Amino acid sequence: MIKAILIFNNHGKPRLIRFYQYFAEDMQQQIIRETFHLVSKRDDNVCNFLEGGSLIGGSDYKLIYRHYATLYFVFCVDSSESELGILDLIQVCCYFFKMLCRKKQMVFVETLDKCFENVCELDLIFHMDRVHYILQEVVMGGMVLETNMNEIVAQVEVQNRMEKSEGGLSAAPARAVSAVKNMNLPEIPRNINIGDINIKVPSLSPF
Amino acid sequence: MALKIVKGSIDRMFDKNLQDLVRGIRNHKEDEAKYISTCIDEIKQELKQDNIAVKANAVCKLTYLQMLGYDVSWAAFNIVEVMSSSKFTYKRIGYLAASQCFHESTDVIMLTTNQIRKDLSSPNQYDTGVALTGLSCFVTPDLARDLANDIMTLMSHTKPYIRKKAVLIMYKVFLKYPESLRPAFPRLKEKLEDPDPGVQSAAVNVICELARRNPKNYLSLAPLFFKLMTSSTNNWVLIKIIKLFGALTPLEPRLGKKLIEPLTNLIHSTSAMSLLYECVNTVIAGQYWFSVGSKELCVQKLRILIEDSDQNLKYLGLLAMSKILKTHPKSVQSHKDLILQCLDDKDESIRLRALDLLYGMVSKKNLMEIVKKLMLHVDKAEGTTYRDELLTKIIDICSQSNYQYITNFEWYISILVELTRLEGTRHGHLIASQMLDVAIRVKAIRVFAVAQMATLLDNAHLLTGNMQRNGICEVLYAAAWICGEFSEHLENPMQTLEAMLRPKVATLPGHIQAVYVQNAAKLFATILKSQEGNTDSTAAQDTSQLMIDRLPLFVQSANLEVQERASCILQLVKYIQKLQQKDVEVAEEVNALFAGELNPVAPKAQKKVPVPEGLDLDAWINEPPSESESEDEQPKAIFAKEEPKHSRPRHTEVDEKELARRREARKQEQANNPFYIKASPSSQKVYQDAPGVEHIPVVQIDLSVPLKVPGLPMSDQYVKLEEERRQKERAEKKKKEKKKRKEKRSGRGKKHDSGPESEEDITPAHQVDIVTEEMPESNCASVRFYLSRPLADSEKLPVRSHRAAEAAKSPAEDGETENATSLEPKKKSSKEKREKKKDKDRDRKVMVKCWIHHWDCAFFVFIFFCLHFLTGNDAYHLLCSCKSDFKGRLNGRWETMSDTVYDIQGNLQDGSQVVVSVIFENKCDSFLKSMEFNVLDSLNSKLQRPEGSGPHDGLTVPFQLPPGVSNEARFVFTVQSIVMPQKLKGTLTFIVKNEDSSTHEKLDFKLHFTCTSYLITTPCYSDAFAKLLESGDLKGSSVRLEGVNMPFHHLLARICFHHHFSIVERIDSCASMYSRSIQGHHVCLLVKTSGQTVSIDAKCDEPTLLGNVLDEIKQTFSQC
Repeated sequence: MIKAILIFNNHGKPRLIRFYQYFAEDMQQQIIRETFHLVSKRDDNVCNFLEGGSLIGGSDYKLIYRHYATLYFVFCVDSSESELGILDLIQVCCYFFKMLCRKKQMVFVETLDKCFENVCELDLIFHMDRVHYILQEVVMGGMVLETNMNEIVAQVEVQNRMEKSEGGLSAAPARAVSAVKNMNLPEIPRNINIGDINIKVPSLSPF
Repeated sequence: MALKIVKGSIDRMFDKNLQDLVRGIRNHKEDEAKYISTCIDEIKQELKQDNIAVKANAVCKLTYLQMLGYDVSWAAFNIVEVMSSSKFTYKRIGYLAASQCFHESTDVIMLTTNQIRKDLSSPNQYDTGVALTGLSCFVTPDLARDLANDIMTLMSHTKPYIRKKAVLIMYKVFLKYPESLRPAFPRLKEKLEDPDPGVQSAAVNVICELARRNPKNYLSLAPLFFKLMTSSTNNWVLIKIIKLFGALTPLEPRLGKKLIEPLTNLIHSTSAMSLLYECVNTVIAGQYWFSVGSKELCVQKLRILIEDSDQNLKYLGLLAMSKILKTHPKSVQSHKDLILQCLDDKDESIRLRALDLLYGMVSKKNLMEIVKKLMLHVDKAEGTTYRDELLTKIIDICSQSNYQYITNFEWYISILVELTRLEGTRHGHLIASQMLDVAIRVKAIRVFAVAQMATLLDNAHLLTGNMQRNGICEVLYAAAWICGEFSEHLENPMQTLEAMLRPKVATLPGHIQAVYVQNAAKLFATILKSQEGNTDSTAAQDTSQLMIDRLPLFVQSANLEVQERASCILQLVKYIQKLQQKDVEVAEEVNALFAGELNPVAPKAQKKVPVPEGLDLDAWINEPPSESESEDEQPKAIFAKEEPKHSRPRHTEVDEKELARRREARKQEQANNPFYIKASPSSQKVYQDAPGVEHIPVVQIDLSVPLKVPGLPMSDQYVKLEEERRQKERAEKKKKEKKKRKEKRSGRGKKHDSGPESEEDITPAHQVDIVTEEMPESNCASVRFYLSRPLADSEKLPVRSHRAAEAAKSPAEDGETENATSLEPKKKSSKEKREKKKDKDRDRKVMVKCWIHHWDCAFFVFIFFCLHFLTGNDAYHLLCSCKSDFKGRLNGRWETMSDTVYDIQGNLQDGSQVVVSVIFENKCDSFLKSMEFNVLDSLNSKLQRPEGSGPHDGLTVPFQLPPGVSNEARFVFTVQSIVMPQKLKGTLTFIVKNEDSSTHEKLDFKLHFTCTSYLITTPCYSDAFAKLLESGDLKGSSVRLEGVNMPFHHLLARICFHHHFSIVERIDSCASMYSRSIQGHHVCLLVKTSGQTVSIDAKCDEPTLLGNVLDEIKQTFSQC
């Protein structure tokens, strides 16, 4: 079972939290802080497992995390999950977050290794809800639901299309306004170049 | 209308959406909280509007704020509103918000039941999907109960997308509503073979989670999983299945044999490291070591993992290694180099794993080296947790199995002293207990230890610098005690005494102060002794004055223990001072206060203390009160015709006899027990002699550096020292060898190198006084052994008396005028038996005669049946009237052999298994072989035969019998019903081998299982007995015996003895008795006598059993 999925940036700001066991809000924040504290002091070239079980569970629990550019992806799992499997899963998730949030065409590419490295914090910041919807297709109630990437992509795409068609005419003006709003933003130039994120991201100011 | 919609959407254009909120928060870094609170106000306004789109937008923003730690439970109802929107877009937002912030105590959840049910049955599969996903996060027991059926239907949905979600959510439903597991399970099992791989994987996932909680229930699915494992190509599914098998194999060892092949194939073939790792893990967990090479394969693969540059693989490899270490330390030891290398890894997780493995790595040779390395790490370590971990590991590996690997305890003590310099460690008490342990058990080290401890006490201020949160001051506890107890070794006791009485001591924790005070007194005594020899008496008086000056500080302590000890000692010293002023010599008397050496005592040593003559631990000092009460009480009228009784003191004669017997048995047991130290004068010395200090190879330390460098690390020098010592030893050995060789064959000049030093060659510099705690364990082992074989005579419980004992008792008791020899009644009893036999087993006589006709061989086989009944933890020795008689022709003439009665003793595992032990005795002078024992099974009782043999096959008796030899074989019977007596016909076939010929012979016999033989003497208290009778579950029956001519207590004894009853209560000529069958039936009797008539009223919950038991009782008495 997966007990929690946490995504936060290099400064410990949460970008997505998903607990599969109830914790009150302040407890959630405390867990995020402690996990961040544990994870952030580790070098990048050490192993991705942490036995900081005292946070969420007993000794049966492990923290499995990956660090990409400015983001930490942390899964808290018990011993029924394969450690290496979860690491792969994090990679897959990252890939989807990136692809879907930028609304690029979802063509499954074999060069996954290159893509996941480029997961950008900005992708997640503005589309927390979408990230959740993707995650829901991968993990459900703490158990891995689907690992076949094509299947996940297909389902997410269909649901997005449904949303678009439901919006229909009435949603069109809202979209236009939102586009105008975006135009005014100073961040826009950064957003456009987001493709080669590794260079850009460190310069992003934390928030 | 249309205008309204357009207007609504135009309004919405300028609402803040999620992106705006995020952007806003980013732009208000300085006053984030304030900005968010205005946002929340806006959201509250939005939620009040009717437009669902506005509400959904607001809820979406709330979900974001929830992530930032804001409590949004106040909007729960609005979330439910959004969830119930007909549009997928909004529904999705609502369910997401619900899954993030609903939990079991959210009260609006109960409003959602119908909405969720509607969504589950929605024609749009994504509505259903969203509902399932949301539900998986906030399902409550109520929801689970109400929706279980709907979800179960969804498990057979046409769309695999829904099927897999429904299957997965069933796990959550099972958790919240366990009753649903049974009805849903068949369908879940079906889904394991679903055509869609996603559904299949979900089903595997759910069953694996279920099996983690209770693996036993899912053993039956093993074949199905096995099929999946060999056919599936999905690594996720494979990993889950392999993990599941890891949990199942411990329960079903046969699985391992089947699994090992596919697992090794996978290990060889897979390219996925995750799968490889799980395979190796399961092979380790299942301990499939019976398969040749599997262990080597695992260790080899793990080595590859550990050597990998990927830290993750390294970590996992070490993790799996530590599992192997538990069972096969040897195979891990060969990779010592690798693991030691990992200790230097920059990754803390990996170092911790490597530390775990170290435990199994150490040997006498490398202990010092490894510990030295660890000490370096201790110095470098940053986090306290890692440092504490290092500390405990150092102590663990040094102290393991009674300090087996430590060759030089001075080194160890200095390691411990060095460890005290650790700041902020929580393990002060651990170091302290090690110091105490070593100082007490290793006598030769005391001088050194005391010196070190004195230094510690002197520098106590270094340790207690910030002692508030510092566990290290515990060490002072050990230091003070060692200095006090072994004060005779102190070089400068006066200085230590002063150190102990410093005012700063008062800031230490109470229990440490108490030890300080007490040991200051010990020191004081030692100092007095040394000073009194001197002519200068002022020195002694000064010491007393010092005590008197300093102790009041402790008298004022808030800690009671400290206060009490201090005031006591203060008064004592004052008195001593008075005496000193009168020039009285007091040192010796003061020393007597603390005389006597403290020896280490094993936790179970009490057992070894002999019980003094005349002390009977089993005898009551006072009669237990419950018994005396029940005597006074009139027992309730349990049975119909109750006669008035007089209460009267209990008959204790039997008890005393029994006690005597028990005592005898215990003595015998003690005599047989090799671990029991008999009370002989020599035994007292054992302790002093065994680890004799003289025999300890003490190191000759010729140090250029003085040992006592206060507070300085010096363990390193021991490594060098040890090396030197070993070299010296080696050299000596070589010299000796050379000498020997020279003596032997002086002619040859050939030199032999003694080769590399082996582990055994390293002799410890000090001997540990090993308290043998293993002894009791070996005792246990022997007990276990006893349980699996029939009881020896000496081991039988005295209560269930043997016939001989009974016979010996009867003349004494009933005072019959017959000869009081023990042989006479025995003869009589066997005569009785013979008569009974004639009556009862006429058919057997016929059978025996038939046999006699074919009998022309001069031998007699004597069969002794032993049934061993064993229930719970008590072995009961039962006697059963299973009899048989054989006539044999001996030396060419017919002769009636003794009509043998078979003693039946038993071994019963559960209510249906009976072990029959048969003793075969060869009474002829020919050789018997190829014996086969066979019993014709009845419906009720069956002989257990090995798997694969037919119901009529005999069992081979696993031995041959030379003339005059007897041996025993055991056979297991399963008995279903015990309410009827049974007879089983059987045959024994064998080959009689003479010098010139061998003939096939056959011997028929019958096994008679009476109902009585299923009864077990079970003690019962009178109140429990009364309750049992009042319960009304028991059915009654009665029997009347006429012409019984024996005293009442004799009659009772007979019932107890022959029919396994125990007396609950006896009053005058009336007694209640109790027994229990092996299947738990209660049998209660009320026996009354008047003149020669005995009436027995009986109650039992099984009337058939009762009738048969009464018949058997009647028979017993009709024969006397």
